Amino acid sequence: MSEIEKQCPITANHIKVALVGQPNVGKSMLINSVSNAHLHVGNFSGVTVDKTEVLFDYKDYHFTVVDLPGTYAFTDYTIEERVTHDYLCAEDYDIIINVVDATNLEKNLQLTSELLTMSKKVIIALNMIDEAEKENIHIDAEYMSELLGVPCVKVSAATKMGIEDLIDAVIQKHESDKNRPKLVFSEPVEEEIAQIVWYLDKHKFQSENSYRNIAINLLKNNKKTYEKLHDEPIWTELQPILIEASRHIELHHDSDDVKEAFAEEYASFNRGIVAEVLKQENTKEQKTLTEKIDNILIHPLFGIPIFLFFMWGLFQLTFEIGAIPMEYIDAFFIWLGDTIGATIGNADVRSLVVDGIIAGVGAVVLFVPNIIILFIGIALLESTGYMSRVAFLLDGFFHKFGLHGQSFIPLVTGFGCSIPAYMSARILKNDRDRLLTLFIIGFMSCGARLPVYVLFAGAFFPQEMAGSVLFIIYVSGAMLGLVAAKVLKLTAFKGVDEPFVMEMPKYRLPSVKLIWHTVLTKTMMYLKKAGTFIAGAAMLVWFLSNYPHNPTLQEEYWTKIEKASSESEKIHLQNRLDEALLEQSYLGTIGKFSEPLFAPLGFDWKMSVALQTGLAAKEVVVSTLGVLYALGSDVDSESDSLTTAISENIPFASAVAFIVVIMIYLPCLAASIVFTREAGHIKYFFYLLFFTSLVAYIMAFIAYNITLMVA
Amino acid sequence: MKTLKDCEKACRVKVLKLNTSGDLKQRLISFGIMKESVLEVLEHAPAKSTIEVKIGKMRIALRAQEAELIEVEKV
Repeated sequence: MSEIEKQCPITANHIKVALVGQPNVGKSMLINSVSNAHLHVGNFSGVTVDKTEVLFDYKDYHFTVVDLPGTYAFTDYTIEERVTHDYLCAEDYDIIINVVDATNLEKNLQLTSELLTMSKKVIIALNMIDEAEKENIHIDAEYMSELLGVPCVKVSAATKMGIEDLIDAVIQKHESDKNRPKLVFSEPVEEEIAQIVWYLDKHKFQSENSYRNIAINLLKNNKKTYEKLHDEPIWTELQPILIEASRHIELHHDSDDVKEAFAEEYASFNRGIVAEVLKQENTKEQKTLTEKIDNILIHPLFGIPIFLFFMWGLFQLTFEIGAIPMEYIDAFFIWLGDTIGATIGNADVRSLVVDGIIAGVGAVVLFVPNIIILFIGIALLESTGYMSRVAFLLDGFFHKFGLHGQSFIPLVTGFGCSIPAYMSARILKNDRDRLLTLFIIGFMSCGARLPVYVLFAGAFFPQEMAGSVLFIIYVSGAMLGLVAAKVLKLTAFKGVDEPFVMEMPKYRLPSVKLIWHTVLTKTMMYLKKAGTFIAGAAMLVWFLSNYPHNPTLQEEYWTKIEKASSESEKIHLQNRLDEALLEQSYLGTIGKFSEPLFAPLGFDWKMSVALQTGLAAKEVVVSTLGVLYALGSDVDSESDSLTTAISENIPFASAVAFIVVIMIYLPCLAASIVFTREAGHIKYFFYLLFFTSLVAYIMAFIAYNITLMVA
Repeated sequence: MKTLKDCEKACRVKVLKLNTSGDLKQRLISFGIMKESVLEVLEHAPAKSTIEVKIGKMRIALRAQEAELIEVEKV
């Protein structure tokens, strides 16, 4: 009978397992294999940034498996390592499964040896054993179990090999009494341990952990053990013994750092274990496949051009292939609007549903194909291991602008949509780096801004130049972002540079199933946003632009329209009516009110309003401009007449300033919410709002005046 | 005094000393970069701003500033 059952009969047959291992050894994938869960899996360290619990039943047992973020050692270097360390030390669980990468045993055992000094039951899962066998690495698991004193089980999460053996071993271990793992140090350290153990034994010190483990942890300067013993009466006598012991160990290792000394102790113990249990045939030095690929992909000269080519290819695919289904989606929503509109009698309700909700949601769903392609590209980047290489290549360049090499991942994602970009900024360990990256993600023009750019480029430039103008807009946005990063780094986010020490994982072929799951989950999230938030925002814009009604104005125009002689005059009058109504709507009132603020940039009230509705979502800017230039609300960027209206009504300098504002200011409301959540405090949102608005205003002012002078 | 920063590509070196303390030292140790460990320089990023080294079977990227703190000798 285990202790848990005695204390609490309700949790009988319940086993809580903590899954621990170094980063990127396949912990999440192992959970997926065990329980058919769908945790996010990637090929770089830091995919799991918070602990996740998964429940499943096996035989007569209920299992709770806690997937902990990967940690190289028991340090608190990154947020994830802190999560893992705190969990292992403070939380209640029954057993640890230590997942190790069988192809890299010695390095993985470093964490294992630290786990063995805890008073917990441990099982070692030798993961990726199939890959190891392929590399001619043979591990004697039975001998290893005997040497370490803990069960070692060969598994492969990818092929689901040995999974049942692992769970059986967990049950068996859970039912058995704790047995002491064997961890042997060098003679001088063993002597010091023996002395402390003798002292604790002499005073019959009460503790859950073994005297040996307490001694080791004390010698290692383990804070938590110190805290526990500090208030004990024996502390006064123990302290001098400890100081003396540490001095001896440091002397023996010729180091002034006892932690370093212990790391060396562990390393030599692990070397011994590996020498005993691991046989590798074909030991002649030959380059691995990963090294061969790296010779090309991170070549000092060709590495960056190759990366740029991949990115260009991804954007090309995103826009080219993504454009194909767009037509059909557009047609579908027009059809849907007409069909549903026909069934609604009340004009106001019909307008709300068709012009408000369906048009608004449709504008967002339109971008789903682009989003899917971009997400597939990013999933490939994540699961092959290429991402770490790009971080390696770009770190030098990014560092000059105060950014961390790993910032590039969220920034690239930002070209698709700011929301996943904000979320992927979590891979940055340091809070300051992460905040800095969050602040400049908005400078990477997202997909939703494309229609606005297309509209304006088409209105002011000949067809053959419009493409290059688009390219210039995107690149100058990104460049501006880098400059902004530098400015922020020198002012708001001043601080010591975070060291860049990162593992470069082995290249892996991505599994189709895995990519499918990742892309599906992300796409569903995007669609959910369209159905909930965008629908709400669209309703709000619709309301603001339709109310308050003005019956006298309407009647006045209707009589005019009836009297009108030609069809074209009727249409003209109808447009004039729409414009007059809009001008006195809530939206019009807001526009008129804010007009003086935007006057120095050369904007009329209509452009001011379009910018403000654009705060909800950039898709709304084009449709608002369409409404405001009296052409009806179902205008998109393809419409020639809106293009004409814009080129006739908006001076070139104002248009340039308008584009500059669109490039820089807040992406959209949904993104702002995600930003606030990721940044951790509402105050950062206000900083972002202030920062982007200020930069947008100043840059637009400069652009406006320069264009006025030149033109 | 020779540091990892001065090493050319394909050079194999033994670590003599880590001239740093605190978090970064712990970090390097947890990656296996400690006294007596043998490193091989695999590649430099453009302008030698970042170095890729191999230790055991693991590949690690670190900045020149960090590499400068690792005292090494040729093996």
